[in-house]
Amino acid sequence: MLFDALTLQLGYNATLVAIGAALLGLSAGATGTYLFLRKRALLSDAISHATLPGIGLAFIAMTALGLDGRALAGLLLGSAVSAGLGLLAVHWIATRTRLPEDAAIGAVLSVFFGLGIVILTVIQTLDTGRQAGLEGFLLGATAGMLRSDALLIAGGGALTLALVLLLRRPMTAAAFDPGFAAAAGQNLKATDLALMALALAVTLIGLKVVGLILIVALLIIPPAAARFWTDRSGAMAALAAVLGGLSGYVGAALSASAPALPTGPLVVLTAAALFTASLLAAPRRGLLAAGLRHLRTRRAVHLRQGLLALAQGQPIYERYTLRLLNRAGLARPDGVATEEGRAEAAKALLDEARWALARSDPDFEPSAALYDGLRPIETVLTPDELAEIDARLAPRGVPA
Amino acid sequence: MGAEFVILSLVPMLIGTLAAVACTLPGNFLLLRRQALLGDAISHVVLPGIVAAFLVTGTVTSVPMLLGAAAAALVAVALIEAVRRLGRIEPGAAMGVVFTSMFAAGVLLLDLSDTSSVHLDVEHALYGNLESLIWIEAEGWSSLTDPAALAGLPPELARIAAATLLTVVFTALLWRPLAIATFDEGFARSQGIPTGLLGLALVTVAAIAAVAAFDAVGSIIVIAMFICPPAAARLMTDRLPIQVAWSLGFAVASALLGYLLAGYGPLWLGAEDAVSAAGMIATVSGAILALACLVGPRRRRLTA
Repeated sequence: MLFDALTLQLGYNATLVAIGAALLGLSAGATGTYLFLRKRALLSDAISHATLPGIGLAFIAMTALGLDGRALAGLLLGSAVSAGLGLLAVHWIATRTRLPEDAAIGAVLSVFFGLGIVILTVIQTLDTGRQAGLEGFLLGATAGMLRSDALLIAGGGALTLALVLLLRRPMTAAAFDPGFAAAAGQNLKATDLALMALALAVTLIGLKVVGLILIVALLIIPPAAARFWTDRSGAMAALAAVLGGLSGYVGAALSASAPALPTGPLVVLTAAALFTASLLAAPRRGLLAAGLRHLRTRRAVHLRQGLLALAQGQPIYERYTLRLLNRAGLARPDGVATEEGRAEAAKALLDEARWALARSDPDFEPSAALYDGLRPIETVLTPDELAEIDARLAPRGVPA
Repeated sequence: MGAEFVILSLVPMLIGTLAAVACTLPGNFLLLRRQALLGDAISHVVLPGIVAAFLVTGTVTSVPMLLGAAAAALVAVALIEAVRRLGRIEPGAAMGVVFTSMFAAGVLLLDLSDTSSVHLDVEHALYGNLESLIWIEAEGWSSLTDPAALAGLPPELARIAAATLLTVVFTALLWRPLAIATFDEGFARSQGIPTGLLGLALVTVAAIAAVAAFDAVGSIIVIAMFICPPAAARLMTDRLPIQVAWSLGFAVASALLGYLLAGYGPLWLGAEDAVSAAGMIATVSGAILALACLVGPRRRRLTA
């Protein structure tokens, strides 16, 4: 069943939803990357919650005009206006008053959402009888997705993606060094405005699929997951788009594979699973890699200290050290050095003596800064410098 | 202001007011500590906690649900810290990752489990049912002294009263260390105040307040009350005690005015049905904040 869903064999609606969700994820991941890098990820939460009053008012306005109150285009227009007002309110509070931006975000999202709920309860009392379905925008409602809805999502997604591609350079500059970007003549306000407009566009596209409460997840989680794999912003945006698209596609397929599985939450949970996998398994920044690095360093430190102890004829009490030396064939289980171990120990002691001299001499300061207790000095100094150090070491009777 | 008021409106207004106070008190400190959105995160993750408690116990009794919700809030706070530190991700994004994932899990669990027999759904979680908390046993103002009628008070009232009392006691007892740690964490540590523990305690109290308030009024008021009254109060004064006093006044005013507007406003306008009280309370608190932003005496930053 799941395989059928993943290969788009589950019928017309499921296919529409899967493609729509994948496109939504693609554009959300790419856009979210720049929000993430600008450290304004949660602003999207204010945007998405602020759409609710607009949805309600647009419904009332359209029914009052005798149109179909559930026409998606009209509802999206209304939500765009109210979300835009919400964004303005956040911006105004954060710049004109002493309140920080996070407080402005929280205030706008809760107040707009509360107002939206009030309007929804007003609609419930209206005599139009077609109001059912507006609640679907809270958590998404893909069951009744129409071809026109899917086309709207596809078109919007493609447009956002193209705009992100077009604006990636100014947005990157604004995220990493706003001061430089402004000095280079870039209009920071316009860049930020464009970024907000893109986030708003993604929110609108996602209303139907994942709903306004969870759309923020698609803007935040894929970029956060992509951040683990790369240090380059372009690669991060591309990867976030792929992860977002994958989340949308797999989540929608999962929800189609059994009855009564909601699309929005499954899309978000797929993204969360990808995030968790990235957190654990990414090279360098991932937890596993960090743990392995830690173990490797610990091992190297134990070996080194063990060798130094052997060289100076001190007994080794630490079991782990002894086990490491024994396994490397450098010492017998009772802690006596083997032939090979004596040679390695002498080498370690010489290295330590060379480092001590290098670190006490200001001439070697740049190289000496690299000392970490593990790195062999030959990898840092040139043969000439080594010879000079050895010449100075010899008179003190350290075995060369 | 007769018997009908006592039966239909007195208890919801009391609960709304107590919930507003319980959330506003810790909200003041969260706002000053730049953790304002923690209330947002906590109120989202309450849903999975409640659903999980329902799945474990199979009933909608309150104590396990409160415990489940409180546990979910603490798990969320721990996860946010873990993602922030282990993943080296900025706090806002870490928060966004955790609370949306947990909320999605809650919705999925809710859809998968058979909750048709009990009153448990996402809409209820979002905007509560303040209007339904009526006092059926009451017959008028005299019922306030009638033990039999008092025993019929909705249990939500006692719970939110206890939670409010807890936040008041917490704030009063730890006022000095909280204030010092909020404004100058380094100094607080040098004075031997365990700032990490204090921060955790603040978050815990906020979570308890959020969960108890959520039980009665839904999460939307919780978020609004964590942020709007303290933010409005912040624009009125530079002194913490006065800010807290203002915020409590704003919170009570939002709760009472919001409830009245929701219940009676549509009637004045000629409509027949009331609108959502929770939504209206949040809206009124937003209107108060907007007013404070426009005319509050301390609305500007010191460095203009």
